[in-house]
Amino acid sequence: MESKTETGLQNEAVVKMSKVTLSYTNEPVLEDITLSVAPNELLAVIGPNGSGKTTILKALLGLLKPVSGSIEVLGRPPKEGRRDVGYLPQKRRFDPAFPINVFDAVLMGRYRGLLKAYRAEDRQSAEAALERVGMYEQRNSQVGTLSGGQAQRVFLARAIVKEPALLLLDEPTASVDPEMQKSFYELLAELKQRMAILLVTHDVGAISVHVDTVACVNRTLFYHGSPEGIDNLDELYSCPVDIISHGVPHRVFSEHGTDFSKGDKPECCTHGSSEEGRK
Amino acid sequence: MFEILQYDFMQNAFVAAVLVSIACGIVGTYVVTKRIVFISGGISHTAFGGIGLGYLLGLSPILVAIPFSLFAAIGIGVISRKTVVSEDTAIGILWTVGMALGIIFINLSPGYAPDLFSYLFGNILTVPNSDLVVMLVLDFVIIATVVIFYREFYALCFDEEFATVAGMPTRLLYMLMLCLVALSVVVLIRVVGIILVIALLTIPVAVSRMYVTGFRSLMLLSVVTGTVMTITGLCLSYFFDLASGATIVVVLGIAFGLSSVLKRSRAV
Repeated sequence: MESKTETGLQNEAVVKMSKVTLSYTNEPVLEDITLSVAPNELLAVIGPNGSGKTTILKALLGLLKPVSGSIEVLGRPPKEGRRDVGYLPQKRRFDPAFPINVFDAVLMGRYRGLLKAYRAEDRQSAEAALERVGMYEQRNSQVGTLSGGQAQRVFLARAIVKEPALLLLDEPTASVDPEMQKSFYELLAELKQRMAILLVTHDVGAISVHVDTVACVNRTLFYHGSPEGIDNLDELYSCPVDIISHGVPHRVFSEHGTDFSKGDKPECCTHGSSEEGRK
Repeated sequence: MFEILQYDFMQNAFVAAVLVSIACGIVGTYVVTKRIVFISGGISHTAFGGIGLGYLLGLSPILVAIPFSLFAAIGIGVISRKTVVSEDTAIGILWTVGMALGIIFINLSPGYAPDLFSYLFGNILTVPNSDLVVMLVLDFVIIATVVIFYREFYALCFDEEFATVAGMPTRLLYMLMLCLVALSVVVLIRVVGIILVIALLTIPVAVSRMYVTGFRSLMLLSVVTGTVMTITGLCLSYFFDLASGATIVVVLGIAFGLSSVLKRSRAV
């Protein structure tokens, strides 16, 4: 766990997307996306619900082929590059009654190929990953019995257990309470020392001081740069990023929607209500 | 009580009960946790086309049902991954067309097909030695496949998207899993028949799930509960002169009901 991942790509971008258009049917979900992620960079992709953020992750994982443009992950096509990619999905469609304990779920992240059994070192890595996310004590618990926040940490452990060179996180703080969010971002800052991280969120409160770069997405890419440079762009593109410059810089923004009182609400500012209202 | 073991047909029935329970406990665990019960129903009914074809060709219906149900499994697997028709529609089509073909094949066969009823509802009391051999081989194939692909199937059932990202050939594995379902359906046809196959694939697992939390232990306990309940049903059908397949399924149903009630009363 402690060893640094040597990718041999120290100066090369971990993710390279160039003029990528993505679609599930004939209608493009995202058009003309050009982005890159450097090693040890934490990029936050933000945009409203339905803006195609998750679609970017699917493309990076090789689950969705781009209509046009090129994608490289760790210098390879996504389907090959994903071997060294950790992924925390947003929707976990698993059945809560599925018979699996926390340890086994994390161990799956160490999968190496057909006919290759898990080794002692795989088990050690799984234990270390669980310790890192603070879920070691619950290693024998059934995954289905965990709270949303605990399950989230277990799936984060599964994503980092193979020490990936790139970590993809889809709405990582959606089911995590404010207190946990803080430690979650501290964990990301620590992980960033060893891997590039791309996180996707509609929750602008999730953008913390640890984020190096921000990309605003809504059908296409509106902004890609440092969090400080967005200020004058937000009205133009209804990208909900004003909170970054108006908020308090040295904490994780946790309250939902507290800073959206002024002016027209961009469509994304109804966030939270759609998901939390259903529960 | 034990005099029933004197009869050859009863000995065969007991062996069949054990062989069936092995296939069901293992494959049923996947069917239940992956939630492919309806797909399994589709495969089993399509297998009836194979039975009919066996009669028409004058071959062993159970042997012809093997390629036929494998074909159905692969067909459902292929169609379900295309977006042209939804998976449940594809199953509905194969399900009914398979059965219809079976009826037409039997209509076309010369003479009378005497134990057609036993393929629909099963008759464990008429399992010949040759079918026991087929069942034994299929059990062996199922166990070997599961041993080899245990990690992959486990991940596939739990989280298919993650399994894909982790580098598993999930499409092929899914097809392989459906093929295992097809093979276990063939094993089951003799005992409970095409229509009642789903009971043996799901109920032992559903009952066992109330008592264990591990995946491996769920498989093992399902084999045990399946064996106990199948043999119980077999004995009851013998003593009360009832249809064996239906009796076994009713025993399974009662066992499930009792476990649910016990579980709930203990939880309160």
